Amino acid sequence: MNTEILGVILQWVALVALSYPLGRYIAKVYKGERTWLDFMSPVERWIYKACGIRPDEEMDWKQFLKALLTVNVFWFVWGMVLLVCQGWLPLNPDGNGGQSPDLAFNTTISFMVNCNLQHYSGESGLTYFTQLFVIMLFQFVTAACGMAALAGIMKALAAKTTKTIGNFWVFMTKSVTRILMPLSLLVGILLVVNGTPMSFDGKQTIETLEGNEQVISQGPTAAIVPIKQLGTNGGGYYGTNSSHPLENPNAFTNILECWSILILPMAMVWAVGFYICRRKLAAWIYGVMLFAFTIGICVSVSQEMGGNPQIDEMGIAQDLGSMEGKEIRIGSGASAMWGMATTATSNGSVNSMHDSQTPLSGMLQMLNMQINCWFGGVGVGWMNYFAFLIIAVFISGLMVGRTPEFLGKKVEAREMKIATMVVLMHPLLILVGTGIASAIAAINPGIGWLNNPSFHGLSEMLYEYTSSAANNGSGFEGLADNTPFWNISTGIVLITGRYFPIIGQVAIAGLLASKKYIPESAGTLKTDTFTFSLMTFVVIIIVAALSFFPALALGPIADYLSL
Amino acid sequence: MKNLWISLKFTLVMCVVLTIGYVLVLRLAAAVASPNDGEAPVVELNGKVVGAANVGQKFTGNIYFWGRPSAVDYNGGASGGSNKGTNNPEYLAVVEERIDAFLNAHPYLERKDVPAEMVTASGSGLDPDISPRGAEVQIRRVAEARGMTEEQVREIVEETVRGPWLGLFGTHKVNVLQLNVALDKAQNRQLLE
Repeated sequence: MNTEILGVILQWVALVALSYPLGRYIAKVYKGERTWLDFMSPVERWIYKACGIRPDEEMDWKQFLKALLTVNVFWFVWGMVLLVCQGWLPLNPDGNGGQSPDLAFNTTISFMVNCNLQHYSGESGLTYFTQLFVIMLFQFVTAACGMAALAGIMKALAAKTTKTIGNFWVFMTKSVTRILMPLSLLVGILLVVNGTPMSFDGKQTIETLEGNEQVISQGPTAAIVPIKQLGTNGGGYYGTNSSHPLENPNAFTNILECWSILILPMAMVWAVGFYICRRKLAAWIYGVMLFAFTIGICVSVSQEMGGNPQIDEMGIAQDLGSMEGKEIRIGSGASAMWGMATTATSNGSVNSMHDSQTPLSGMLQMLNMQINCWFGGVGVGWMNYFAFLIIAVFISGLMVGRTPEFLGKKVEAREMKIATMVVLMHPLLILVGTGIASAIAAINPGIGWLNNPSFHGLSEMLYEYTSSAANNGSGFEGLADNTPFWNISTGIVLITGRYFPIIGQVAIAGLLASKKYIPESAGTLKTDTFTFSLMTFVVIIIVAALSFFPALALGPIADYLSL
Repeated sequence: MKNLWISLKFTLVMCVVLTIGYVLVLRLAAAVASPNDGEAPVVELNGKVVGAANVGQKFTGNIYFWGRPSAVDYNGGASGGSNKGTNNPEYLAVVEERIDAFLNAHPYLERKDVPAEMVTASGSGLDPDISPRGAEVQIRRVAEARGMTEEQVREIVEETVRGPWLGLFGTHKVNVLQLNVALDKAQNRQLLE
């Protein structure tokens, strides 16, 4: 069998097999049960003490959100200041300058919201100091922030009736010390062994075999890459992310990095199941997500390995598939797999240039982000699915004439309104943003944003807003996006796309938690069945996918038909 | 206000924890276990560094195998792809030009023998590899330019081909720099003999 396809299958199997035990472990961490990483507890106690956190203090959902939002506002200031001033700060052997204020605004927000859209190139736009203490730091803490939000929701859903949903700071700390840091260390060490740089000495200048001078950017790459993948961050160390041969040196590291994209979002689904003791429900949710995700992989892999029909017409040998924007050591199959993994989650790292992938792959990438809950970002992916669940419960309840209930709690108008707003905000942000941008581009044809004409040009803009709203961070990178218009407009979309859903979803969970628990009876709508899973799937397709269909028809679908 | 104060302290504490528990540990791991003390691994010829093993470089001379086209001209300080869409007319014209240039340099080839990866740009612009077939089609040109037999060159190419990971997962590839260094070494040896 084709070894490229075997590589893709190996990644898929490794993900599915390992997500289950990891999910069980994560549930134990948040429940505070014994795990083999208990030797971290002195470190955690020191953190609580140094920060003035009282770990046994319980928060209600409003206090929880207040802590979450405050720390995010603080990170905004932290990031802005350091990025603008990086030229004067230490650890800058390459002498890179500070970022412009609008670029720093975009960069800070993009990393603060766990998106990692990058309008700069890592080699020249950052210093080692900001790579570590803005980029890497944010990649850890913002992923932890998403996980903490989910931990709060799990606690709310698990309790029969409760006012409090746990301590935000404790969830944050444990996410870093027990989950993100140990896993990142493991991945980082494997990368270092395979030749990913981990040094502070600045660029190497080399005289090539033909006598030219070549400068090789390096630095603490191996510290950024693992958490970039595991925390569904995606902001690469180098401009071209994991297609760069130092960031992703061989087939093994590619499999490892692609695995790291999905493992936590997948494990999180199981973690919720274990935490709220509803493994069957988790299995059905996992099944729906995996089904949709796997269809995407099959289509995209066959498209990319099938090659570009326009190049076929030129009469040359295209045995390796469409190779524009792809690397030989990775191959077209694994590039397509990565494209699906990085957009199904909110990761956004790339190992090939999505702009140059075939139109249908590009469309599936956008669709993954537009739906944004086929596993999704760490923590927040499950929460997006949760909003759809609430809507599905409500619609099904109306259809069979019963009071809609979820996990023993009545779903009423207030929760339903919040869920609907959360779900509709996403298409609103993406379509309005793309509409404004394409109007501007149409009025000023000479504006020079687009790298490709016609349908594909529209796709570039649609992709950028989709990626921002989904907090993904990948891009059709041909778009000239380091301009004040793009920096600021996507910055606003990023903020809204991150906090609006989190606030809504935590609020729903908090509201549900404080309601009276109704024991299950014969009249209860069962949510852990095939029928209900199908119902949720259909709701997602109707609400999310169809909102975007007209835009997709004008972009990638028209692009495909004109090939 | 209390939250803001905790935020500041928490952020600083995280910097400390991550620096000591993560960045320093990885730096130590690099000092012990990485191929080149944490720096990009390099390739040497006659005791002189001639390139980073994993970073592609530009080859134009006939005595060398060529790598793939690069959107950034193999600039190791600023990676980048072309980001051209599949049916962008400008892009397709560029590919046509590259095909013609490749056929000019290898007049013994037919159009259908030109591997697509030799006329399409890589994602990073620094792809160090070509496919075994991409090397195969260049053998005759290199052999003629060096005054070696095709069999001699083919033998070196075959030694340089790397299979998939564990023989099962991924692609077959040839590192262009390592191949060219191996050729130079072989020929130096021949001259000495």
